[in-house]
Amino acid sequence: MTCVTMRINGEAVTEDIEDRTLLVDFLRVRRRLTGTHVGCDTSQCGACVVHVDGEAIKSCAMLAVQCEGREVTTIEGLAEGENLHAMQKAFHECHALQCGFCTPGMILSALDMVRRHGAALDEATIRHELEGNICRCTGYENIVKAIRQGAQEISA
Amino acid sequence: MNPFCYRRAESVEAAAAFLGEAEEASLLAGGQTLLPTMKQGLAAPDMLVDLAGISALKKIRIEPDAIIVGAMCTHAQVAGAEAVRRHVPGLAALAGEIGDAQVRNRGTLGGSIANNDPAADYPAACVGLGATVLTDRREIGADAFFLGLFETALEEGEIITGVRFPLQRRSAYLKFRNPASRFAIVGVFVAGVPGSVRVAITGAGRDGVFRWSAAEEALNERFHPEALERLVLPLDDMLYDIHASGEYRAHLAKVLAGDAVAEISGGA
Ligand SMILES: Cc1cc2nc3c(=O)[nH]c(=O)nc-3n(C[C@H](O)[C@H](O)[C@H](O)COP(=O)(O)OP(=O)(O)OC[C@H]3O[C@@H](n4cnc5c(N)ncnc54)[C@H](O)[C@@H]3O)c2cc1C
Ligand code: FES
Ligand code: FES
Repeated sequence: MTCVTMRINGEAVTEDIEDRTLLVDFLRVRRRLTGTHVGCDTSQCGACVVHVDGEAIKSCAMLAVQCEGREVTTIEGLAEGENLHAMQKAFHECHALQCGFCTPGMILSALDMVRRHGAALDEATIRHELEGNICRCTGYENIVKAIRQGAQEISA
Repeated sequence: MNPFCYRRAESVEAAAAFLGEAEEASLLAGGQTLLPTMKQGLAAPDMLVDLAGISALKKIRIEPDAIIVGAMCTHAQVAGAEAVRRHVPGLAALAGEIGDAQVRNRGTLGGSIANNDPAADYPAACVGLGATVLTDRREIGADAFFLGLFETALEEGEIITGVRFPLQRRSAYLKFRNPASRFAIVGVFVAGVPGSVRVAITGAGRDGVFRWSAAEEALNERFHPEALERLVLPLDDMLYDIHASGEYRAHLAKVLAGDAVAEISGGA
């Protein structure tokens, strides 16, 4: 057990955590933040993507104890009350999801792209950078559209 | 995952001391190889010593004739560093092609070369540039560091602190990737001027990364893709697996080496 303090979606959290607990399990089981999903065993699908200190990472390949002193953002932390975040809105408007299983990871990865590329984020870059996120439903077209729209709104 | 205890080291010395405290301690860098391996039960250390708190290992330092990349620099950091892009473009390109964006945000140089996966990218840059691996005990030339599949010259408890790469504007890395895993089916790093050309190949060899000396000799004579045309890599040394045959890899290595030469010559 290690006593860990981190911020999750802006809230300070201090808990004793078993050392082997993956961040994704800590978020889902202990914090009940079940918007972060688990889609694979090989760290390849991206359903578990969250931000740690603003960067997109796979929470199935990080221990919760590694988050000491860090800021974790999950899909639950994006909307402000009833108002969806611009990227969530773009996914909604562009119909960028079917079952929705990949969507939280897609949105958090998309925001990492916007952080690094800003308004210059073009379609080719989006397609290339979606490599770490797998969607088995949509065929990606509307996801790519949504990320462009979201990026433009955020950077406007 | 089997239970283990987690320790966060504040210095390289402290990390070395922690390693001595457990039966089977393992260093934890980005965790992008180690944690998936532990999840599958293929590794079961009883202690993980996290290097993430050691800020000295996260720096990129430029010297008159070399660039020193700290062991804990992430792939994203190396790919984006202006100094690396300017002075060793092949190295920046290579780091930017590893895995996916999330893996690049966590995975590190030290973890990649300590692991020495036969299809990993960084070993090709280290060998292709004639880099030097720096540890808490000594300096090891890249040619002597990578010993075979997942084997390196590291001793028990030895910690990589960084890698010294010679500055080399004439450097290029081309990779044909496995579309599922992103690892190299073949990756070729070419660097240098005629007289001192180095060609390192990853993903293709049965013993991991290797130098293609026949190609180096040919390019030393004439730095042009055509110089490689008649060469054939020995098929007995090639990796065969479900992704590609040895013949396929040998051919691909030649094609990519030629493309890398063209890129360096500005003809790409
Ligand atoms: C989906 C996915 C795709 C990937 N694609 C690629 C790819 O295309 N190309 C590629 O090359 N790699 C790829 N990787 C692997 C990735 O680059 C890893 O980041 C890297 O292999 C290991 O680095 P790490 O920092 O994560 O190390 P860790 O997983 O933390 O550690 C790996 C090993 O190195 C040891 N170690 C770590 N740091 C040190 C040190 N300083 N001194 C001594 N020993 C140390 C550890 O004890 C452990 O045994 C991929 C990984 C994933 C999950
Ligand atoms: S659950 Fe698939 S990448 Fe994390
Ligand atoms: S919407 Fe179903 S997996 Fe992407």
